[in-house]
Amino acid sequence: MIKHDVVIIGAGLAGMRAALEVCKDLDVAVLTKVYPSRSHSGAAQGGIAAALGNSEPDSWEEHMFDTVKGGDFLSDQDAVEEYVRAAPRIIYELEHMGCIFSRTPDGKIAQRKFGGHSKPRACFCADRTGHAILHALHEQLMKNAKTVKIYNEWYMHSLVVDDGQCNGVVVSNIQDGSVEVIHAKSVIFCTGGYGRVYKITSNAFASTADGVMAALDAGIPLQDPEFVQFHPSGLYRQGILFSEAARGEGGYLLNGAGERFMEKYAPSRMELAPRDIVSRAEQSEMDAGRGVNGEGYIYLDLRHLGEARIMERLPQIRQLGIDFIGVDCIKDPLPIQPTAHYSMGGIPTDKFGQVTIKDTNTPVKGFFAAGECACVSVHGGNRLGTNSLLEAVVFGERAGKSAYEYAKNADFATVNEAQEKTRILEKFEDIFQRDGTESYNDIRNEMKEVMMSHCGVFRDKQRLEICIKTLKGLQERFKKGKVTDKGKVFNSELYEILELGNMLRMAEIIATGALNRKESRGGHYRTDFPKRDDVNFLKHTLMYKTDEGLEIKYSPVVITKHQPAERTY
Amino acid sequence: MATFKIKRFNPEKQPEPYMEDFEYDVPDGATLLDCMNTIKWTMDGSLTYRMSCRSAICGSCAVKANGHAVLACQRQAEHLYDENETIKLEPLGNMKPIKDLVVDFTPFWDKIDKVKPYLETSSKPPEKERTQSPEEFRLIDDTSTCIMCGACYSDCHVLEVDDNFLGPAALAKAQRFVSDSRDEATLERVKNLSEYGGIWDCTHCGECVERCPKPARPFYRIKEIMTVALEKGVHNNDGARHALAFTSSVKHSGRLNENFLPLLSKGIFNIKGLLELVPIGIRMLLKGKIPPIFHKSVEDVDDIKRIFKKLNQ
Repeated sequence: MIKHDVVIIGAGLAGMRAALEVCKDLDVAVLTKVYPSRSHSGAAQGGIAAALGNSEPDSWEEHMFDTVKGGDFLSDQDAVEEYVRAAPRIIYELEHMGCIFSRTPDGKIAQRKFGGHSKPRACFCADRTGHAILHALHEQLMKNAKTVKIYNEWYMHSLVVDDGQCNGVVVSNIQDGSVEVIHAKSVIFCTGGYGRVYKITSNAFASTADGVMAALDAGIPLQDPEFVQFHPSGLYRQGILFSEAARGEGGYLLNGAGERFMEKYAPSRMELAPRDIVSRAEQSEMDAGRGVNGEGYIYLDLRHLGEARIMERLPQIRQLGIDFIGVDCIKDPLPIQPTAHYSMGGIPTDKFGQVTIKDTNTPVKGFFAAGECACVSVHGGNRLGTNSLLEAVVFGERAGKSAYEYAKNADFATVNEAQEKTRILEKFEDIFQRDGTESYNDIRNEMKEVMMSHCGVFRDKQRLEICIKTLKGLQERFKKGKVTDKGKVFNSELYEILELGNMLRMAEIIATGALNRKESRGGHYRTDFPKRDDVNFLKHTLMYKTDEGLEIKYSPVVITKHQPAERTY
Repeated sequence: MATFKIKRFNPEKQPEPYMEDFEYDVPDGATLLDCMNTIKWTMDGSLTYRMSCRSAICGSCAVKANGHAVLACQRQAEHLYDENETIKLEPLGNMKPIKDLVVDFTPFWDKIDKVKPYLETSSKPPEKERTQSPEEFRLIDDTSTCIMCGACYSDCHVLEVDDNFLGPAALAKAQRFVSDSRDEATLERVKNLSEYGGIWDCTHCGECVERCPKPARPFYRIKEIMTVALEKGVHNNDGARHALAFTSSVKHSGRLNENFLPLLSKGIFNIKGLLELVPIGIRMLLKGKIPPIFHKSVEDVDDIKRIFKKLNQ
């Protein structure tokens, strides 16, 4: 059995930042199903928020208010306060580690505007901020290689939990197919989101709900799963991301008639309203036949910014436009549509990264989570752009500290290695034995299609019920899928099947949460309940798995400084 | 109808790789990765390759298409066709195949590790950020776009013959710190990078610049390290001496003094190094390949001197 004091699943911003807290004097393993530099944090483009005030006076109080209002008052405000107050220190620490940032003429970290933020507070490295931070943290892990062991291309299957205490994880090596138990005093999940359940998504192929499903299987509920963010500027049909920074730098959104339609939806902020509002506006225009050429896309127009600014501030997205659709945004507008981007919900944690079952206020000892897979919740019903990189680093650090403290004072518990391994080997065998009358590819496509059309930007009871029924049917068909590759070495087909199994369950959880929440708030919009309902739904969803199916409980929202008010921009 | 000729390899089944053809009607706008996915998901589930972000930032999906490394998600399939609408797919070069298009990246990362790929400072950082001017930022802007895809490493001609070469990606990563105004180990770095296997072992073929899917373009970064090394006075190695002797010869006569260049590159007090040249010299003499003993300047040597003057050299 492999043993480490602390094991971290996921090597994006949260996972690697956590590792740096632990590696000071404990032995830490970081396990990733890709390589650290391939983690999806690297795809974040526009920036990381902190009230540094480098280009205009700013304060944590304003950052806090913007975040709470942006989240449609579902954020836990005690956590938000600590998070935004930590932001400047967190940014300076990244800079000291060597992270590269774009600069002001006097050499400070440059900051730009972003949707829903009242001040220019997005610190950035051109349009590859996530990439810059990801690589800076990876550099620090390479520097600390003595106490950080990285398991590249390993897949996490399940948690080992006994009597409310987490003792490790069951994993397998993708390169040779071997199954192992990693015995640990603390486990930290930094496994990212699950945008791949949608047809149009900015997410990487790796963003497939593995971590959240392992938590659910261990008896932990998922918090606020119905809140999925659609980013307003995904490349038409492909869904890949064109940074919000394009609008932060002054880009326009135009409908088929060439109008800046945001005037009708958010007159004071225009294109820089929060993402939920902009995505809904785009979808409304397209649904009303005002897409470009009446099609399902609208234009992101950057031409007036000029070549010099685009080349300095947005060079990567210009290249993406040229490579992927042959459009040079210096000369022509880019065709875009809303794309599933970020999951506000996830594994419930307290503000120190401790996984906590919130309706009974019970911590799961030795289990921590941070980043997109976790739900603290600082983002409430809708996350503001640039707040996710900040969340990953702030709560990565906090989860790392908590896991470190716990592991320092804990002993290794006993683990039944054979039993844990057998469970996974049987799962493999089950997949290899299936009769093979169904195509996993068809099942995956149908899931993505129904989630997009029935559980997307706009939702209603009827569509959600159809969606859940369809998903249940797909879950049955999944048990009869056809497998070609039964080998051990780098069996990517097997892992795609495991991921699809996780996604089919996650999709049902999202749709069930959406059906249950009979109001509209943040990224969750019900056309049959178009108003926010603070009387009945100012509370967090907690979705449990039971033998009878999914069960919903609730926990209260922490409100300190800002009472819920009408949200207009 | 396009044909994908894919090099298949599965060590569990047979020790030798083989080629397999897949025919497929490629839809408009499909990237190479889209095509690979369609083949895997509808024709042969055992086809194996790496991929993740499909937006040219994670660096997972580099493969060889028609002999050259490309990032599969970044390239439109139809731009890669040869005259028969065929794309030949092979695993990246200079690394050992694991299965189909997946190769072992261990040596790649080991070499990244060797260049101390992290900021080195001994001074205490300020309370806020270290300042860095936009001009200083620009010196490390291109190198920091590297996504570690391995395309340059795959097609590097030096690595084909010399495993010890650090390779384009690691050297580009090194420039990221050599030229970072915040780093305090520049001299030590350029000394290490001037050793055997470092910057001077690059043959300047420029292949890595052609293959790089990002603005990182390693050979340009290698040249930048060379410049810093020479400026810092790190001359005590064959590569630097060669570069200096080369420049000096051209500056004074407008052409290379091929008799003196090897001597100056080895160092005129380097007895052992000079003795190593003797057998080559004898062989050249016997084959009648010795350059003229008396080195003549080109006719317009004054123009060349003016060029050097203008460049302040």
